[in-house]
Amino acid sequence: MSVLAIIENWEGEFKKTSFEVLHYGKKISNEIGKEFIAITFGANNPESLEGYGASKIINISNLKFETTTNNNLAKISAELISENASSHIIISNTITGKTIAPLLSSNLNCGLISNAIEHPQTNNPLTVKCKGFSSKAHVTYASENEKNIISILPNSIGFSEKNDKKSEVLNIDKQIDIANEKLRIVQREKAKGKISLADAEIVISAGRGLKDPDNWGMVEELADLLNAGTACSKPVSDMGWRPHSEHVGQTGLAINPDLYIAIGISGAIQHLAGVNGSKNIVVINIDPEAPFFKAANYGIIGDAFVVVPKLIAALKKFKN
Amino acid sequence: MNILVCISSVPDTTSPINFTDNNQSFDKNGITFIINPYDEFCLTKAIFIKEKQSATITVLNVGDNTNDSVLRKALAIGADNAVRINQKAENSEIVAKCIVEYCQDKNFDIIFCGRESIDYNGGKVPGFIAEKLNLPFINGCVGLDIKSAVMELKREIDNGHEVCESSFPAVIAGQKGLVEEKDLRIPSMRGIMSARTKSLEVIESAITLEKSIKIIHYEKPIQRSECKMINEDNVEELVDLLNNEAKVI
Ligand SMILES: Cc1cc2nc3c(=O)[nH]c(=O)nc-3n(C[C@H](O)[C@H](O)[C@H](O)COP(=O)(O)OP(=O)(O)OC[C@H]3O[C@@H](n4cnc5c(N)ncnc54)[C@H](O)[C@@H]3O)c2cc1C
Ligand SMILES: Nc1ncnc2c1ncn2[C@@H]1O[C@H](COP(=O)(O)O)[C@@H](O)[C@H]1O
Repeated sequence: MSVLAIIENWEGEFKKTSFEVLHYGKKISNEIGKEFIAITFGANNPESLEGYGASKIINISNLKFETTTNNNLAKISAELISENASSHIIISNTITGKTIAPLLSSNLNCGLISNAIEHPQTNNPLTVKCKGFSSKAHVTYASENEKNIISILPNSIGFSEKNDKKSEVLNIDKQIDIANEKLRIVQREKAKGKISLADAEIVISAGRGLKDPDNWGMVEELADLLNAGTACSKPVSDMGWRPHSEHVGQTGLAINPDLYIAIGISGAIQHLAGVNGSKNIVVINIDPEAPFFKAANYGIIGDAFVVVPKLIAALKKFKN
Repeated sequence: MNILVCISSVPDTTSPINFTDNNQSFDKNGITFIINPYDEFCLTKAIFIKEKQSATITVLNVGDNTNDSVLRKALAIGADNAVRINQKAENSEIVAKCIVEYCQDKNFDIIFCGRESIDYNGGKVPGFIAEKLNLPFINGCVGLDIKSAVMELKREIDNGHEVCESSFPAVIAGQKGLVEEKDLRIPSMRGIMSARTKSLEVIESAITLEKSIKIIHYEKPIQRSECKMINEDNVEELVDLLNNEAKVI
């Protein structure tokens, strides 16, 4: 029996969420006293996962996350889970994780608890608190299954320090039947923004208050300074001022960065639904009555075109 | 083209979320239920396909008769027929099982679902169906082009886009981008009238699960503490607070 974590990487390099998943699995494996195994695909350096609690690291070296369909990633993961008789399977709730998890759960006939925001309250039976109602509530689930997949909300758990324990690292190949493939990846395009919104620890977001797509220069400058991702409200992406991929909220992406700075966004309930999970919220709005102030930690009442350049200047000073 | 659109009925996006029964049940009092917004994008895409080449659109819900109103709305928007599988729909596993059983002998070319339901945010049903029916699964789909024997799809991934090609049939979990906001249709008077004559078939289901996942507790997130206001002439104070108090920069 084992605990098994599926560790995502991008172009072979691990992401922050990869280590969060390891931290989560390690704790369960300690609690239930079972071996902890990590699996990944096409990693450039699978050894870099050593020291985070997995005693065995399996890298499917001939397949990559970017070029393998989710159907196939799930199929191969299912084989490895069966071979290792895993009872707790941990995955990050990134888009890839969200896609693979239900396929795996159905394939293995096991439970799936998605959007976990805490470590399990109990491991047997498994009870876990999760995000629900677009962050308007938390829901605690209990599974009657002996075998379960837990997908964890990125940036909600945290990490453990690396130690110097060695792991067994296995590089193996797995064959997939490409000839009879019903689904084929034609190409993948990386978004232009430097920081992916899903991974960003800081997000700078702006709304209709900026009045014109040409006014986004200061938002991008602020984002560059803070190494942040950029987001926007729904009307802004609906009007084509910003790409759809930046739309956050109830019907867009849900994010939970450490810091969310909202500029010229009123704070409608549907917008809040996507960003309420942020650990700190700063609101810059000209209207003292803007509802967003009620959901913020820090607020500045003022004209964005005055405040944001000042903030950029202050941050530059701070960085020096 | 034979298209299925799975519709879940969810609380309107502005609904207050409350719990009763010692925080063990969701309080449906005073809540208006709507078509899950992601499903509405899918339904509209299905209508676009129908208008371009011919297609039959079936909308399907697993639930009790309180969901008939969202199915009627889907008919008024342009679906050809509606089916409700009469079930308590207590979790995604049972919903998916019902949909899979229904699909067995229907020869759908496309099975559309929303990316997730905005109530429980599970995002489970579409993947469950795809795996059980052994079909390609395109999650987070933001673009679909039908090219005779195959379809070209665009999907959102964590830091960009993926373009893929799939044969029919496939399970597509869609979102905005499949069609735009401005494309969404408000039911016309004619639509509402003709929806009355379209069929809403109710199928009784005896499906049960051996093992399930149960909700044991709901709670509201802890409220943020009072918002600290900072004077616009003193943005340095904000930088200082973010650095020393919040410790995020
Ligand atoms: C079904 C449904 C789903 C929805 N989903 C989403 C969603 O996912 N995401 C989302 O964002 N919205 C969503 N909405 C829309 C939401 O209700 C709001 O309409 C939207 O969030 C408002 O966007 P906004 O704040 O940019 O614009 P507005 O509401 O127009 O607000 C602009 C703000 O800018 C401020 N402002 C103006 N000038 C300045 C200035 N010079 N400096 C500083 N501040 C200024 C104003 O005071 C105002 O508060 C949804 C709506 C529905 C019905
Ligand atoms: N009770 C239901 N009846 C029909 N379709 C559903 C139901 N629940 C979920 N779905 C479909 O599955 C999608 C994802 O839902 P979920 O897995 O619940 O987040 C929804 O957008 C619907 O298309």
